[in-house]
Amino acid sequence: MKKLTLIVALFCTTHWLFANNGINKDSIRSFPMNEYVYKSGNTNNPSADHSKFAILQQPFASAHDATAACLSCHTERDKEIMATSHWHWRRSEKLEGKGVVSLGKANIINNFCIGITGSEATCTRCHIGYGWTDSSFDFTDPLNIDCLVCHDKTGTYKKKPGGAGYPAESVNLNFVSQHVGSPGRENCGVCHFLGGGGNNVKHGDLDIAMLDCSREVDVHMTTEGENMSCVDCHITEKHQIPGKVYALSSENKNRTTCEQCHTDKPHQSTILNEHGLRVACQTCHIPEYAKANGTKMIWDWSTAGRLDEHGNPMHENDADGNHNYLSIKGNFVYNDHVIPEYFWFNGIANHQLITDKITTIPVQMNTLYGSYNDKGAHQKSHAPAKIWPVKVHRGKQIYDTVNMTLIQPKLWDKESGKGAYWTDFDWNKAAELGMAACGMPYSGEYGFVETEMYWPLNHQVSPASESLKCIDCHSRPNSRLASLNDFYLPGRDFNPIVETAGVSLILVSIIGIAFHAFCRIVFGGKCKIDNP
Amino acid sequence: MKKVYLYKKFERFWHWGQSLLIFALLITGFDIHGTTHFFEYGQAVTIHNTSAWAFLVLIVFAIFWHVTTDEWKQYLPTVKNMKAQLDYYLVGIFAHAPHPVKKRTLSKLNPLQRITYFALKIVIIPTMVITGLMYMYFNYPIMEFEIESLETVAIIHTMGAYLLLTFLIIHLYLITTGHTLTSNLKAMITGWEVVDDEDVKDIVEEAVEVTGLKIRPISRTRQSHEELEELVLDALHETETKVKNKKLKGQKK
Repeated sequence: MKKLTLIVALFCTTHWLFANNGINKDSIRSFPMNEYVYKSGNTNNPSADHSKFAILQQPFASAHDATAACLSCHTERDKEIMATSHWHWRRSEKLEGKGVVSLGKANIINNFCIGITGSEATCTRCHIGYGWTDSSFDFTDPLNIDCLVCHDKTGTYKKKPGGAGYPAESVNLNFVSQHVGSPGRENCGVCHFLGGGGNNVKHGDLDIAMLDCSREVDVHMTTEGENMSCVDCHITEKHQIPGKVYALSSENKNRTTCEQCHTDKPHQSTILNEHGLRVACQTCHIPEYAKANGTKMIWDWSTAGRLDEHGNPMHENDADGNHNYLSIKGNFVYNDHVIPEYFWFNGIANHQLITDKITTIPVQMNTLYGSYNDKGAHQKSHAPAKIWPVKVHRGKQIYDTVNMTLIQPKLWDKESGKGAYWTDFDWNKAAELGMAACGMPYSGEYGFVETEMYWPLNHQVSPASESLKCIDCHSRPNSRLASLNDFYLPGRDFNPIVETAGVSLILVSIIGIAFHAFCRIVFGGKCKIDNP
Repeated sequence: MKKVYLYKKFERFWHWGQSLLIFALLITGFDIHGTTHFFEYGQAVTIHNTSAWAFLVLIVFAIFWHVTTDEWKQYLPTVKNMKAQLDYYLVGIFAHAPHPVKKRTLSKLNPLQRITYFALKIVIIPTMVITGLMYMYFNYPIMEFEIESLETVAIIHTMGAYLLLTFLIIHLYLITTGHTLTSNLKAMITGWEVVDDEDVKDIVEEAVEVTGLKIRPISRTRQSHEELEELVLDALHETETKVKNKKLKGQKK
């Protein structure tokens, strides 16, 4: 009896131990950290007061003069800038089956505003330069650099719509240039939050709300907590900002990772750390995206061009105040608190170039590579494929029905009557002009094809208490990984034959026992009561 | 009716430890499999893995015990009386028939138990241990030793679990088929089994014989039974005298 008590006690103790073994500490300081200095321990003061420099007090005739003033002290920085992809909007990428191509915002096709060619002057409002109106832009002139858009600390610097990157007339260049500093989230956010024509349209995890958000929205950037800015993770050297945009990147290099601070063994539990071998941190720690504002999920260009009774472009809004129809762009669907879709991803992607034939429908704008059996060393990738949370943006966009390529239409122009779709609403003309600007043939026949673009999620990390639970994937009815079927997932998968056989075996034994016991009772056989 | 001491301390500890661990493994195992939801998933995994390690330690001790005590011979399958035992469960039990196979110190198990436990020990448990370890260590196809998928391992492990559960259900029922409904259970708890009077004599005789056989010089010379008995009795007598003398010496001092 003593022994039995001992065993029970032992079992209870171990059970208690395990019950307390879960992640109950929500404090970031309980995690192992690597190469990160907490804000509280950081005493970095600016080394110069720019308002005291005489050169910044002289009147600037143009924005180029402001740049010249910057470069007069910060010599050589222009060379750094002009070596970045922020400057060129393209870089060399090795694509599967296509070799090395020069690819970037300058020439890539997406399923939002499709591409910049033919409409540069409006798109390059997000370029760190002045005057990129067409292919004649001089990428070698340092005076074309816009220093202020990234280094403004006043919050008053704005670029002019359709102004090819030039500042708005209202901007006081002296005031701005006298108050410069390291880029804050406002500086990055003006393009990276608002890209695609509105807040949080593209990424779904980069939202203007992240200027001042709660822990639930973003545990790193929250103003209630560590209050990190973009460059705290995207640690920049010589103006090279690491962390390529996944949706545009094709090679697994130059990434910004969770591991760079959190190490690759951030959990107390070995099993959770092992999950990290094949599951991206983001998968569990970004349980949903667009947590503060909606993001664009669907964009159907084929309905564009419907005008109001006066023949003017119009817009319609959904219940949350997001556009769901614009004459110039077609129908949209926005959504917030979206559950990601999950893909195997080894960091390598391919791209549907404007020169590529359409072979699949929906067209995959950026195919993410990876599978369960992609273990890294033996495959094309260096690292094993991991399960990633992905925002999938579904579109329907113009393509050449004869040449079977996607079409780059000319969308924007300052004046109407020059063939831009947003002013003239003529797809045929817009396609002709856009494709001509790309140096591509256009057959004269167009249609609309379904496309998908994949945005692996990285931001808006939730507090640990909100992260996915085991059961979110390891379950039969509602597994988040229901679509990833190339591997055996405990708790979700089973062999139907084994299950049927196993359950039958148990049922047969129970029925057999019941029958046997029944007979023993009826025939009064061995059912004696135990006499003391 | 008399009671004889049939199950030794370690044997009972092993049996109950094993039953507790298998119970924990079954419950948490089917939780992990997605069939049941007794525990939170992560907790089920932790309990399952810890129980598995505890079970492995117990298995090592049990193997040691079985080898050093020669108890492993109890599990060698035999066809002798197999049919009689089957007949008993299918017919005899309803007609008050006696158990066809008597329990003896050297042969505690009936032929059906022998074959079942033998299969458990040689096939099922090793399969579960091997697939379980593979489940733990090769679940991510990144290690030096790679398996293409966890699927085969997991399915074999699941099959084993169903067989073990079936065994457990039948085993629990057959406990009630002893002398009385609870005599088998009591025997496994206390070690003392109720047997018929005439069996007691056999069991004691056998015990003496076994003790004798285990003394090396005797077993090597292969004497006849009578000689053996004589030898053993002589030895016992001598020991008794020695002990008496020691005690006497002690008193003299």
